[in-house]
Amino acid sequence: MATFEYAPAPESRSAVTLRASYGLFVNGEFVDGRGTPFKTTDPATEEVLAEVAEADERDVDDAVKAARRAHTRVWSRMSGSERGKYLFRIARLVQERAREIAVLETLDNGKPIKEARDVDVPTAAAHFFYYAGWADKLEHAGLGTRPESLGVAGQVIPWNFPFLMLAWKVAPALAAGNTVVLKPAETTPLTALLFAEICQQADLPPGVVNIVTGAGATGHAVVSHDDVDKVAFTGSTEVGKAIARSVAGTTKKVTLELGGKAANIVYDDAPVDQAVEGIVDGIFFNQGHVCCAGSRLLVQESVAEEVLERLKRRMATLRVGDPLDKNTDVGAINSPEQLGRIQELVGVGEAEGAERWSAPCELPTKGSWFAPTLFTGVSQAHRIAREEIFGPVLSVLTFRTPQEAVAKANNTPYGLSAGVWSDKGSRILWTAARLRAGVVWSNTFNKFDPASPFGGYQESGYGREGGRHGLAPYLKGSER
Amino acid sequence: MTPTDAPADLAAAAPAPLLDATSSDAALRRFLHGLPGVDQVGAEQRAAGLGTRSIKAASKAYAVDLAISMVDLTTLEGSDTRGKVRALSAKAQRPDPTDPTCPATAAVCVYPDMVPHAVDALRGSGVHVASVATAFPSGRAALDVKLADTRDAVEAGADEIDMVIDRGAFLTGRYLDVHDEIVAVKEACALPNGQSAHLKVILETGELQTYDNVRRASWLAMMAGAHFIKTSTGKVQPAATLPVTLVMLEAVRDYRLATGQQVGVKPAGGIRTTKDAVKHLVMVNEVAGPDWLDPDWFRFGASSLLDDLLMQRTKLTTGRYSGPDYVTMD
Repeated sequence: MATFEYAPAPESRSAVTLRASYGLFVNGEFVDGRGTPFKTTDPATEEVLAEVAEADERDVDDAVKAARRAHTRVWSRMSGSERGKYLFRIARLVQERAREIAVLETLDNGKPIKEARDVDVPTAAAHFFYYAGWADKLEHAGLGTRPESLGVAGQVIPWNFPFLMLAWKVAPALAAGNTVVLKPAETTPLTALLFAEICQQADLPPGVVNIVTGAGATGHAVVSHDDVDKVAFTGSTEVGKAIARSVAGTTKKVTLELGGKAANIVYDDAPVDQAVEGIVDGIFFNQGHVCCAGSRLLVQESVAEEVLERLKRRMATLRVGDPLDKNTDVGAINSPEQLGRIQELVGVGEAEGAERWSAPCELPTKGSWFAPTLFTGVSQAHRIAREEIFGPVLSVLTFRTPQEAVAKANNTPYGLSAGVWSDKGSRILWTAARLRAGVVWSNTFNKFDPASPFGGYQESGYGREGGRHGLAPYLKGSER
Repeated sequence: MTPTDAPADLAAAAPAPLLDATSSDAALRRFLHGLPGVDQVGAEQRAAGLGTRSIKAASKAYAVDLAISMVDLTTLEGSDTRGKVRALSAKAQRPDPTDPTCPATAAVCVYPDMVPHAVDALRGSGVHVASVATAFPSGRAALDVKLADTRDAVEAGADEIDMVIDRGAFLTGRYLDVHDEIVAVKEACALPNGQSAHLKVILETGELQTYDNVRRASWLAMMAGAHFIKTSTGKVQPAATLPVTLVMLEAVRDYRLATGQQVGVKPAGGIRTTKDAVKHLVMVNEVAGPDWLDPDWFRFGASSLLDDLLMQRTKLTTGRYSGPDYVTMD
């Protein structure tokens, strides 16, 4: 070996036992679905991993009935400290089975094992621990003196962080005394079904957590079911709008966590090496399949050239490939459909005259892949500066003054997150105060903590998840 | 790296693009304080991230051998003797007496008065003799004493000089004093044949404390003509840490882009295990680039590291972990 090539360091698949087929998890048991079973694949290899049941309306109805029964007879009557015990038990089981969950997540989603292992699963466990602590302290959450649960929550989650989004949804709902019917995304149902096993292992009373798999129709059945008290959705703005329309005029509470087109603002006095890391983390983390991705780089014109040079050099060192390899930085695109959408928007960017640069990397021949890419010469008028690409594609814009940076950053229908890079504290605070975004990170990006609320402005949705704020949508009397 | 590789540009310190910066104390201050800041949290996160790389099989064998060839095997004790230095020199040449394929270390690093013994023991071996100088480790002596210390080591045959900067001057903002002292020491490294002993400049990052200071001191040393920038004396804690080495690797990378001149990096002190060494090599590879993966451009200042590298090497070749009794003790 003449150069320092890293030999393959694959994580073992043996931690995971895949079943040939999976049923729905209703009332504490796995049952067959009445719809047409579908296959879920490993996007990195196109290997079929398992066949998964599809829940039709009757199955969803069964699940909602089970959740209602569990709420009325068991979960809402149980003391907060008892509910907390179950949640703590689940949190510990998630930690104990962390490797299994991480490997399964990587197989089903295509994300690098490094990320599933170091971010998704530990953060999910942290969410359960955090909300377990709230279960017996709800009257001290500032949300009324005798907070009461709503009832049954219908929850629909996306494919980009399947297990973490499940934790974000299930933990606060259960802590507040609700029961849930959760639908994972059709391309990534497996870790949710593994979570169902964890619920069994934790002896969670039947019906408290129900998991129904399927695609859009199943999701529609969940959110439009008459006996659902609360709808929580994370996903695309398009679907979010449809859900908002379908629940309008009902008594259902809704929280929506939708798309984003976050600005990452780099001032000329930024700590440049860390800013480059933050830009890379902001857009290439999880292949850019992140609603709060820093997909618009706004860099001050005086340092733009230098920042871009450093950024390209850094992007060239990203290791794209086998998601199970512990040294992989960027994994596979989750589905051929998503790859198609990315390719389409990248084509639009080229046609509109922006200049494309992709990191020189060899992509595997099988599976769905897209090289880390950036566009320069992008203006606010370009579609790639306005629409969410949801892939490893960065649009680079420049600005001259802080006012211009803020104006450009806010010039979007979204408003989920933003980043500010500067060595000057006062400039960071000035900027952050003016950005219309639910989360503003300064001199860092993509930091998540269960104690910190997360949510968006405008078309990025409404309601907050995480922290004390994340309890409000699951309690009576509190706003939304 | 041999003394004959060194350019004979002894008096010329900063390369042309940066000459203005060293024209006055004020200019130098403006330049160093104009370097981009280092965000502590971000730098530590990046270093920790690189530390999670998994280096296995053939790449690990490569890394272990490379690391052995980069070790400056060091003894810097008041109790050093001719016998100790000779024993260490023997180990440097043949770290694993049972395996001739095991590479030699890069150098043996000693105090100036031990240099003749090391030169004697290492003659013709290709292993260099490095000597600390300039009133190591504190550097608290008059300039002419430091220069005499340096000349003494060079005359005794040291191929490489590890000097310390005046941290007191640096921390009080007298950057030009620090710069000029490095230039003077480099002149004292001159050999009669017109070549120069290689100069490693120790920043003592444990005393500089902030990463901003580490970056500034790195640039200062490079502009003064350092062949290598080195983290620590090993006498102050913390010594070499991954984030400090990261900031220094960024500095040498950026310096080459700005001036075309390549400068080496030597973390020293606190690197004890193969795992630590491999983490450093991953960082060299991904931050400065593969050009630095060479004993001419990257060194480990260490004493106990070599033993762990040898044990890991034996394990990789035989499949068994031998334990410390099977590594020569010196």
